Amino acid sequence: MEGSENGPVSAHSHLPADPELRVKALEEVLVRKGLVEPAALDAIIDMYQNRIGPRNGARVVARAWSDPNFRSALLADASDAIAEMGYVGRQGEHITAVENTPDTHNIVVCTLCSCYPWPLLGIPPGWYKSDEYRARAVREPRKVLAEFGVTLPKGKAVRVWDSTAEMRYIVIPERPPGSTGMDQEALAELVTRDSMIGTGLPMEPQR
Amino acid sequence: MTPGSEPAFDAPWHARVFALAVAENEADRLSWPDWTARLATTLRNCGISQSLNGGDDYFLAWLDTLESILVEEGRIEHGEIEIAKAELAKAHALAPHEPLNVQHAANSD
Repeated sequence: MEGSENGPVSAHSHLPADPELRVKALEEVLVRKGLVEPAALDAIIDMYQNRIGPRNGARVVARAWSDPNFRSALLADASDAIAEMGYVGRQGEHITAVENTPDTHNIVVCTLCSCYPWPLLGIPPGWYKSDEYRARAVREPRKVLAEFGVTLPKGKAVRVWDSTAEMRYIVIPERPPGSTGMDQEALAELVTRDSMIGTGLPMEPQR
Repeated sequence: MTPGSEPAFDAPWHARVFALAVAENEADRLSWPDWTARLATTLRNCGISQSLNGGDDYFLAWLDTLESILVEEGRIEHGEIEIAKAELAKAHALAPHEPLNVQHAANSD
């Protein structure tokens, strides 16, 4: 993005790349019209950069592992159960929790764009938004999983959930062996972002 | 990986254009289902000629979509962005080491 300090430097050499300039120009036009305030944009960015992320989802999973009543409530109506924990907001209005079992592994994709449960997982990683993942997760989920390092036993079924603006999904992974007796805080540490998308498994506790 | 260890946005402009769309939604000028439908169309069209990697190209699609919606709904005119871009570029040429901002563009004449 930056021009080299050593090379011949024209006045334009440090001009930001086109998309950056376009975004800046768009923001300026909207600010001049009073349609948006830079401080409001800062607040939105701060929220998604620093305050919302997969830690939220990990706490939900850890609680589901520890509290059978919460698990039932979560599987029955995830939106309600999650809202009760304070995780509300855009792209979190309608969430379904899908539970991995010894028979079934769940994996989440958005084939059309990039719908994702923001209040629980934050902003999706680049690969989730890529054409490759969006196309292949449905077509050849086992192969995609293997590339993520997840190899499933032969008899285990894979269910692929396609997110939309109306419904988003969080995977409740299986509780890892060796985690008996751990409290929710310690359990949440085992829950990775990818394990809640279905492209990973939770970490196993270190002995 | 450690949960949350990756940055949410790979580039500041990704975050900025993301926030612009969210701000439109927060101001009740853009419904989220409408937004995702439009974004999906842009992504589909962009993805015909190339495979999108989910980084710059994804947020470029986001930017294209947002600009189109704002122009269609008459909140901005197409030429306005080009003019603002030219102003920013001009301000930047006059003071290349200053950050790009509104004041600069306004004071550059």
